[in-house]
Amino acid sequence: MTEQRLDCDILIVGSGPAGLAAAQAASRSGASLVVIDDNPRPGGQIWRNGPDTRLAPAVRERFKVLDSPQLRYLSGTRIIDAAGPQALLLEDAEHAWIIDYRQLILCCGARELLLPFPGWTLPGVTGAGALQALLKNGLPLRGERVVVAGSGPLLLASAASARQAGARVTRVLEQAPGAALARFATGLWRWPSKIRQALTLATPAYRSNAHVLEALGEQRLEAVRIRQGNSTLELPCERLACGFGLVPNTLLASHLGCQLQDHAIVVDHQQRTTVPGVLAAGECTGVGGSELALIEGEIAGLVASGQASAAAALNLRRQHWQAFANQVRSTFALRPEVLQLARPDTLLCRCEDVAFSAIAEQPGWNAAKLQSRCGMGACQGRVCATAAQALFGWAPPRPRTPLVPARIATLLKH
Amino acid sequence: MIIYLEQQALTVRDGLTVAAALAHSGDERTRRSCSGAPRAPFCGMGICQECRMTIDGRRQLACQTLCREGMHVERSL
Repeated sequence: MTEQRLDCDILIVGSGPAGLAAAQAASRSGASLVVIDDNPRPGGQIWRNGPDTRLAPAVRERFKVLDSPQLRYLSGTRIIDAAGPQALLLEDAEHAWIIDYRQLILCCGARELLLPFPGWTLPGVTGAGALQALLKNGLPLRGERVVVAGSGPLLLASAASARQAGARVTRVLEQAPGAALARFATGLWRWPSKIRQALTLATPAYRSNAHVLEALGEQRLEAVRIRQGNSTLELPCERLACGFGLVPNTLLASHLGCQLQDHAIVVDHQQRTTVPGVLAAGECTGVGGSELALIEGEIAGLVASGQASAAAALNLRRQHWQAFANQVRSTFALRPEVLQLARPDTLLCRCEDVAFSAIAEQPGWNAAKLQSRCGMGACQGRVCATAAQALFGWAPPRPRTPLVPARIATLLKH
Repeated sequence: MIIYLEQQALTVRDGLTVAAALAHSGDERTRRSCSGAPRAPFCGMGICQECRMTIDGRRQLACQTLCREGMHVERSL
């Protein structure tokens, strides 16, 4: 790609369920579309394609919109900064350029909530969704012992992927108490597809009221110490996949001035954010799963391309899946114990190697940052500031540009 | 295809990310932290930057970079 400047009617950020649904809906209008994604392949986290992944035909059908003549798909591409009122600065592994748009649809998805515990920086420890993502990209797991831990429905999906890859998943540790899970299960009749999914993913290794205490090993993970009910035990394993739920990706929205609430992008019934010309859909507007993301993406695509009247018909379905999202949220609310796993010497900031004790005694994020350099490394606080928000209730920092590490040559374009 | 990991030829299947190729090599480390501890891919989705490596002379994320024939990959050790 050699152009200096790109132009489109509608720019869609993200090619997961919401982004693909938005593209599909908007493509019916004849608008020119650009879809960008920082991953090398489309599908987002849930439909991540890879060398060993066999996607359902319905999902492959969804990808076809990326081949339509009015759409340009930019994979492996990151957003570095705003470059004017309706323009963004982008880079991929080779090039940098500015893209102008009339309407912007943010489908930035969610990342995992990764919380510190002793040993969490050891090679062999990953997030739960992370293990699944690495697997889909070809990570070998055959014969390895895997412990999956944390909270939320993603644990079962991750464990199932690991089993399919030939791993021995010895435990799936869900921090939520059994009573909450039982309540959740009895309410599932309203979403029959979710019952089928749960039955497919069910495993005898699953334990409620259980969580990781410590990852053990010298140069690499060798075992995990866990709390299961009232007992503590040690499990030898080659991998620990530990994620404590999902957090909406709101950095770009926040940088563009969109209002956030409860850590998610605020949108109206037409998926419009508080900034004119900027819409948002899917997990970045509140974690709700792929079904909700598909509906929200479709609404956003219709609204952005002047087909708002067609979007109204989708409201009931959106409410149906929003109700499911609410059930998930209350069921998998984090217990205080899992917010207290770090010891004083446990690193909280993995980029600058800042210990928990250096941060916890500070009054807030900015003070912690000034005193300790936490959040000043390559991830720019995406991991540690998010953890600090969960652990201490600190407000997240304002986004700084470049939004992700970028090349000097890219910044000079601006 | 063949990629070069620390100048050593490594045969990998098509479609693998550099992160996956590292694991196939038997040593999944990507970098040493600023206090000297080994690190490996962690978030798997381009957020945590633990897997930043020098790939064909540029700093890139191993978890979001697909292997290409003849690619040179260096750890930040």
